[in-house]
Amino acid sequence: MRRLLAALLLMLSLLPALAVQPDEVLPDPALEARARSLSTELRCLICQSQSIDDSDATIARDLRILIRERLKAGDSDAEVKAFLVDRYGEYVLLRPTFAWHTLLLWAAAPLVLLIGVVLSFGLFRRRRIAEPAALTAEEERRVEALLARDD
Amino acid sequence: MIVELGHYALVLALALSIAGAALPLCGALVGDRRLMAIASPVSIALFAFVAASFAALTHAYLVSDFSVRNVVENSHSMKPLIFKISGVWGNHEGSMLLWVLILALFGALVAAFGNNLPMRLKALVLAVQSMIGTAFLLFILTTSNPFLRLVPAPVEGNDLNPVLQDIGLAIHPPLLYLGYVGCSISFAFAIAALIDGRIDAAWARWVRPWTLTAWIFLTLGIAMGSYWAYYELGWGGWWFWDPVENASFMPWLAATALLHSAVVMEKRDALKVWTILLAILTFSLSLLGTFLVRSGVLTSVHAFATDPTRGIFILIILCLFIGGSFSLFALRAGTLAQGGLFAPISREGSLVLNNLLLTAACATVLVGTLYPLALEALTGEKISVGAPFFDMTFGPLMVPLLIAVPFGPFLAWKRGDLLAACQRLFAAFAAVLLTIGVGLVFAGPSKALTFFGIALAVWLLVGSLSEFAFRIKLFRAPLGESFRRARGLPRAAFGMTLAHGGLGLTVLGIIASTTWNTETITTMKPGESVTIGSRIVTLDGFLPVSGGTYSGTAARFTVREGGTTVATLAPEKRLYQVQNMPTTESAIHSFGLSQLYISLGDVKADGTTVVRIYFKVMILLIWLGAIVMALGGALSLSDRRLRVGAPKPARAGAAVAAE
Repeated sequence: MRRLLAALLLMLSLLPALAVQPDEVLPDPALEARARSLSTELRCLICQSQSIDDSDATIARDLRILIRERLKAGDSDAEVKAFLVDRYGEYVLLRPTFAWHTLLLWAAAPLVLLIGVVLSFGLFRRRRIAEPAALTAEEERRVEALLARDD
Repeated sequence: MIVELGHYALVLALALSIAGAALPLCGALVGDRRLMAIASPVSIALFAFVAASFAALTHAYLVSDFSVRNVVENSHSMKPLIFKISGVWGNHEGSMLLWVLILALFGALVAAFGNNLPMRLKALVLAVQSMIGTAFLLFILTTSNPFLRLVPAPVEGNDLNPVLQDIGLAIHPPLLYLGYVGCSISFAFAIAALIDGRIDAAWARWVRPWTLTAWIFLTLGIAMGSYWAYYELGWGGWWFWDPVENASFMPWLAATALLHSAVVMEKRDALKVWTILLAILTFSLSLLGTFLVRSGVLTSVHAFATDPTRGIFILIILCLFIGGSFSLFALRAGTLAQGGLFAPISREGSLVLNNLLLTAACATVLVGTLYPLALEALTGEKISVGAPFFDMTFGPLMVPLLIAVPFGPFLAWKRGDLLAACQRLFAAFAAVLLTIGVGLVFAGPSKALTFFGIALAVWLLVGSLSEFAFRIKLFRAPLGESFRRARGLPRAAFGMTLAHGGLGLTVLGIIASTTWNTETITTMKPGESVTIGSRIVTLDGFLPVSGGTYSGTAARFTVREGGTTVATLAPEKRLYQVQNMPTTESAIHSFGLSQLYISLGDVKADGTTVVRIYFKVMILLIWLGAIVMALGGALSLSDRRLRVGAPKPARAGAAVAAE
């Protein structure tokens, strides 16, 4: 049953894609622009990796109309998002919130970068010490003697 | 009968690959030359048998043999010839067979052209290839057999998913698999080196052409997939950060890093352990990609043909190979001798920076792709990680990398002079300032970010050309002298200039098409027009269309500029009858590097239709840049230095030449 459902959902997401419909567009261009940019941050819940801005699924259309209604009612972008998260859970956000359960997600790249930087600095430092400090006074004398012989 | 022969050939291929894995390995371990010597003929025979098997399946598709389950499920007698052929790999079983075919092909290529490899190394490399082959042949034969018969045979097939009935399917998967699976060779070389406990600059020179080959195909495959999604999925996007796209992008990032670190190893005998690790990582990410796509663990726009029950098998393969190779690495990496010394500001240092940023970028894509799966499995919480996340985390890593690209080639090995590099990049600095200046004057400070992006692309383009110009002493010596120098340059030098310049073109295309993309969504009736910039787009009317297994409606649009018709476009709405699935076929017309993109919504009875018209400025540069990058790779591959067995160039000038 779950697979059948998944297959059906997949079919839905593959329906001819034509996202924002002309009748949805708000007359106020500033508000519409906000609606569009919000739409790209929100997931079409039944699609895979599609924002409601890209998707033509019914739920995506409903959500697009919903956020436009909230914006008209004077909600801020954050309030619109909070409203949708209350309703559909964090799954609706394409950019996860920064919280304990997403700490590793957000920290991954900086962490790898940090480890990499530390490792490569270690590489240079170890080598710098190893390189010049090697000659003892005895060796210096021998080097000079060898150089003198060449002349 | 032919189907059974194909099936039998596949079973024989499994037997051969087991022999090819076990015997040369034993031979290499005990030092038996006869056992090592069988690696090459076995690898070539393995390829022959897998190819025969693949040909048998293709034949079943060509003659529409509906007694074969796989053909029934994915083909139709009315399907055009090209889609009958591409349908062979447009499904799970067939695509796995293609995967193994390409694996065997690479093994056979090493066997045939690796004559100058030390016998032991060659035997070990081919044994590792055969091990991978054994695992995947077992997988195909036990869980994904394409040769199963169906009794009674239906009279007609179920047709292929309409989205896949496209020339894109004929090209994209083979290219991508050549890239994915091609990474197995550098992996096999790395494992062989670890078993052998010996690795030197010669190893890097042998491994680089194979990595480069895989990288070229991977680049083309990803670009092709992106263009396919762009025109097929109908909303004008070209990259979605979809897990399946990420699955192909991660090996690309790792392979790019590997290409650069292998240069350091070849030239300076340094970064050995890291290069080995990268070679293992790159193929591990390819395997991970295969797992993600083929196991059905993610269902996404790409995952048309998946079966979750097979996931466990691939997961076991994944664990065996990744776990095994990392264990071997942990055991043996310490024994590898460290190589040449270098200062932080040097050619090596710049390549370390390249590796650092590419690895971090790869890590963010990896974590972003797997995190939602892991979180849901562990805590049951469902989160989404989509484009906005990747834009935020991937972008900031790319900016310093792109800024650093032109510096690298101007820094000397061991100890570089950053100030001198800056002086030589004078023209690039000037071009950047000019770009930002023009942007501020004509577009105002509100567009500052855009012009920063454009300036970055200009920096890459002029910076890569500067290096080339510097090397041939353009404008500093008579033109004849410059020409003579250009002819004397190794092809790898041209290759690097092209690859870095291609990157600049892609960046330019990305920035320009996202910033100046115009989008018009409206309802139109026949006879009505809309104005897109300087052009007028008129809907003339509708025509019925049909072909293969579909029928539908095409809308005819005429584009006029200053009264003359400059283009006609015919986007379609199709219904594939067998699968009862509607699709939209967008219509695209290129104006120079920019494209006009029209896709249709539902057509009402009175002829009113919703129309989406995009004008994508310079969007072709995105893919053109990738092609230029691949071309650079190909040119570099043809350099005689990289040709397997070519003697090391002794000229001092050539040492400056490489990336």
